[in-house]
Amino acid sequence: MKRPVLIALLLVSPALHAETPRQLLDTFSAEAARAQPGFAPSAQRGAALYRSAFKHSRAMPACTACHTDNPAAPGRHAVTGKAIGALAPHANAERFTDPAKVAKWFHRNCTEVVGRECSAAEKADFIQFMLERS
Amino acid sequence: MKHAKPLQTLACLTMAGAMINARADRLPLPGDTPPSYRAECGGCHLAFPPALLAAADWRRVMDRLGRHYGTDASLDDPTRQTLRTFLERHGNPRLRAPADKSGLPKLTATAWFRHEHGEVPARLWHDARVKSPANCIACHRNAEAGNYSEQDLALPELRGKGD
Repeated sequence: MKRPVLIALLLVSPALHAETPRQLLDTFSAEAARAQPGFAPSAQRGAALYRSAFKHSRAMPACTACHTDNPAAPGRHAVTGKAIGALAPHANAERFTDPAKVAKWFHRNCTEVVGRECSAAEKADFIQFMLERS
Repeated sequence: MKHAKPLQTLACLTMAGAMINARADRLPLPGDTPPSYRAECGGCHLAFPPALLAAADWRRVMDRLGRHYGTDASLDDPTRQTLRTFLERHGNPRLRAPADKSGLPKLTATAWFRHEHGEVPARLWHDARVKSPANCIACHRNAEAGNYSEQDLALPELRGKGD
C-alpha cells in the first residue's frame, strides 16, 4: 500500500473509543464474573441465544429474523427491508468495535426481541459466538 | 401519467410545491444534516429526505419515538432535539400525510408520493424484495445518495414505465 493511502485510511478510521471485539468481550465477561464467579463466555450459549425464538415481537421473533441464521451473512431488516451488514467481525470488521454502538444495539434489540435487557453474561456469550468462524 | 385525471394531476403538482419538484429525480439530504440522522434514523431505514413530510408531521414522529411504527426508537433527549429541529426546518409545508392506525403520519400516503408512484403495479409493493413502500432503496438503488431517477430503478419490471 502506498504511504499516502495508508495515512488517509488512518485519518478516517474511527478513533473515538474504538476497541476490539476481544476487548468488549473481556469487559462483559469481567462484569458477568462479578455476579457469577468463575464465569467463562460460551459460544455455544451465545449461539443458543442468537437462535432462540423469543417470540416477544411478531415481526422479529429471534435475532435471525433480521441477521439470518448465519451471522457472517448480510441480513435484512424484517420490517423495513433495509440491508444490514454481517454481524460477525470476521465478515464485517466494523462490528463490536464501538462500545457506544454496541451498548445501544444490545439495549434496543434485547428489549425488542428478547423482551428485556440482556445480562452481561449473555452479551459475553453472544460476542464469543460472533468471534467463532463456522 | 396517462391514467391520471387532469385535475388530480394539477392538484398533485401544486402540492408538490417548491421543495419537491414534480419530477423529484434528486432529493439529497440537506447540507446541514446532523451525522446522527444517518446513524440513528438511517440505522433501520433509509434516512428519508426531510422534505417528504410537513414539519408538524415530523414533530408528531419525533415526539413519539417510544412507539415508532411498531418499534421503540427512543433516543437520548439531546439527539432527539437535534433531529427534531433539523426535520422541522426542512419539512415541506405543502404535504399532508394521512395517519396510520397509531396516529403517526405515513410518508408513503401523501398525495405527492401516490402521484409519483401511480404507475407502480400494486403487486410490487408486496414483492419480497420491496417489503414496504417506505423501503425506497429496494427500487431507487441510489436513494442513499439522493438519486431517485427513473433511470436508476433496480427492479427491471419498473424500468421504462416513466411518463
